[in-house]
Amino acid sequence: MNWFSLITATSFMPVPATKESGDVDNLYIFLLVSGLISFIILIGGMVIFIFKYRRKTEDQKSAYITHNTLAEFLWSFIPFVIMMIIFAWGWSVFHDLRRVGEKGDVEVHVTARQWAWTFKYANDIEINSPSDKKLLDDPDSTLLKPEIVVVPVGKTIRFILTSDDVLHSFYVPAFRNKMDAVPGRRTTFTFTPIEKGDFTVFCTEYCGTKHSNMMATIRVVDGEQFAAWQAEKIAANAGAITKGPAERGEALFKGSLGCSGCHSIDGSRIVGPSFKGLYGNKRDFADGSSVTADDAYIKQSILVPTAKIVAGFPPAMSSFQGRIKEDEIKDIIEFIKTLK
Amino acid sequence: MAHEQHNYLNHQKGIWSWLTTLDHKRIGIMYFVAIMSFFFLGGVFALLVRAELFTPGKTLFSADVYNRMMTYHGAIMVFMVIVPGIPAIFGNFVLPIMIGAKDVAFPRLNLMSWYMLMIGAAITGSTLFLENVDTGWTFYTPYSSIKTGLGVIPMVLGVFIIGFSSILTGLNFIVTTHKLRAPGMTMNRIPLMVWALYSTAILQVLATPVLAITLLLLIAEKTLGVGIFDPQLGGDPVLFQHFFWFYSHPAVYIMILPAMGVISELVATYSRKVIFGYTAIAYSSLAIAGVSFLVWGHHMFVSGQSEFAGVLFSFITMLVGVPTAIKLFNWIATMYKGSIRLDAPMLFAIGFMFLFTIGGLTGVYLASTGMDIHFHDTYFVVAHFHYVMVGGTLMALMGALIYWFPKVTGKIYSDLTGRISWVFIFSGFNVTFFPQFILGNMGMPRRYYDYLPTFTELNQMSTFGSWLIGTGFLIGLFGVIYALLKGKEAGNNPFGGKTLEWTIPSPPPHENFEKTPVLTGGPYEYR
Repeated sequence: MNWFSLITATSFMPVPATKESGDVDNLYIFLLVSGLISFIILIGGMVIFIFKYRRKTEDQKSAYITHNTLAEFLWSFIPFVIMMIIFAWGWSVFHDLRRVGEKGDVEVHVTARQWAWTFKYANDIEINSPSDKKLLDDPDSTLLKPEIVVVPVGKTIRFILTSDDVLHSFYVPAFRNKMDAVPGRRTTFTFTPIEKGDFTVFCTEYCGTKHSNMMATIRVVDGEQFAAWQAEKIAANAGAITKGPAERGEALFKGSLGCSGCHSIDGSRIVGPSFKGLYGNKRDFADGSSVTADDAYIKQSILVPTAKIVAGFPPAMSSFQGRIKEDEIKDIIEFIKTLK
Repeated sequence: MAHEQHNYLNHQKGIWSWLTTLDHKRIGIMYFVAIMSFFFLGGVFALLVRAELFTPGKTLFSADVYNRMMTYHGAIMVFMVIVPGIPAIFGNFVLPIMIGAKDVAFPRLNLMSWYMLMIGAAITGSTLFLENVDTGWTFYTPYSSIKTGLGVIPMVLGVFIIGFSSILTGLNFIVTTHKLRAPGMTMNRIPLMVWALYSTAILQVLATPVLAITLLLLIAEKTLGVGIFDPQLGGDPVLFQHFFWFYSHPAVYIMILPAMGVISELVATYSRKVIFGYTAIAYSSLAIAGVSFLVWGHHMFVSGQSEFAGVLFSFITMLVGVPTAIKLFNWIATMYKGSIRLDAPMLFAIGFMFLFTIGGLTGVYLASTGMDIHFHDTYFVVAHFHYVMVGGTLMALMGALIYWFPKVTGKIYSDLTGRISWVFIFSGFNVTFFPQFILGNMGMPRRYYDYLPTFTELNQMSTFGSWLIGTGFLIGLFGVIYALLKGKEAGNNPFGGKTLEWTIPSPPPHENFEKTPVLTGGPYEYR
């Protein structure tokens, strides 16, 4: 940290990790310095006047000055010019951050939902973040460990964002970039990483109980490491096909469907009811009715979650209609059967 | 002589005479009592929110409880405290007197506005006991319309009714200013407080109906399933943001313009000097009111709206900065070669200028599209709008309280108590909110129940500051009680004010003026 970065306070910002973020920091330094000068002129002037023109005797008279056209013109025109500079500069930086319609070298579909991000690469690699493990070794902490999404350095990466339920916002402080994930709409988040390392993704649009938990980690690596990571993931996917239905169900539960964000398998309460000992046992509902949990009930709960609300829980779940295949429902049911 | 002691406070007796009063001065006091109670409640929520954030992870409450407290803090402070605050309390009390009128144009409507606020607040407040709301004060769809409980409906209905209170007050002030000015009181001779209230009233009348309709549409979607905002029903989730900010951005100026009016009065009186650039201050209020209608999209730079929309809204937003800067320059120029006394209200005016300058300058960061992308929805924004709205409006409110207290009650507010209160509030503000700018730089998003350990120290500083602010306001409240019980007799004009309210007895008689005043010059003629 040199004296300049201390003065400009960019030392508080994360290291700029993309091509665009350096431009944002330059604009920030200009804003900070021009703002500081304006503040010193205004407040400094005020403080000087307070001391210089302090009332010393009760009958002290003041000057009679009603206006001064030149001064007033100048202090309207100069701020106007400065603000137009900031506007134009901001626009040019904004244009580089947005890059609407530009194809990326790597394209990833990102789906947000309460309270997880799913990253899907063109070759069907899927990452679901956060994981179901705690981030910190602290019983009071609610943060979950983010899963790692890998992208290559120096390439243009385009994330195509959407949301399954409410508004979320995809924010990477080190990239100085942010974009809302809007249900029913596609938005893009384009960046060109220049620094290798791990960068945190936050959700910045308030989305309910676990808003502050929605994290992911973007790991920027060089091209070979990226290719190796992809090959490893593809091999793991191929291995999954040979697995039995309960294992496939477990992978779906913890992975791409993100069920584990809200439902525990050990009996503990998260957001929704736990799945421990669910299959074949009685479920009591908020409306007083009850049913034995069988295939039909579980399937209905996945596709029409609001049909039967378990007593004591909020009707918080979104429908998985259109996001889950018939076989996948069967695999999930097989997995739930194993949770005695 | 008995006639002289007859004032608006003892004109009629009994609680019923207050609840049915048509006197703008009594209604102002009723607003004061009501709004200060809401302020206390909103403040308690603020302290609880900050206490929860003292450490990462769970400190006192679960995430759901935190989200609710955060929502009530915002909704109460915005809709029930800062928006009605200065216009309803001090506007009601001083506006008719400042223009030489006996009352507002529609006294019954004025009383009705108060009842509207009470009914709305009761309905909104009832959700605290029925079904808590956790949407945040912005009620963004589709979270509010499909994902959270039914408590949103009464909450929003209450805000809808409070909105009508705001519209009626605005209407009343516009007509009063146009129709009831004393002879010789031309528009260019009305005090700047009146100009500020007048500009605010225009915003209240024109912008609030949009909020009302938006909230009705939200209720329609939630109860009847009409697809307006929910994409699953074919609606547009971003449309709500357009509607909401079309009101809520002008509302920011509904909050701050009256505060600016107060500052103009305080700076002139305590510098004992003619205000510098009367016309510029007066018309910059109107300019701010006008431009503020066209800037709502700057809340939506990352919402997925087109790049062109973002750039256009950024450009217009920059324009608001100019009249705002003009006001600051004028106040400071008024102090030049003045005869300045640092009484408590002047300290609050100076505090206002200090905090508002920081708030205003950081507003430029957020108006600039490229920069806003990084800061949007982080603690930088939280710090910015607290500096502007709270540092600005509440500083002005405290200044106004101590300045007009002798006129309202006939008793002097202890200047020492005011100064001590100022030290706590002013330093507390900076300790609370300045670290939040840095948290924003580091990338901590707002509305977070839990945060990474790297953000801990700054959050702790912020929480500590909130205790200082709380203490400062409690001292301010103590000052009110003390002055009512033991305050010295004020006399007609303890501070040497030049506007009309200082020419009549304190407390004022029932009909304000014995004889209608005739104006021969502008306000602030200190020669």
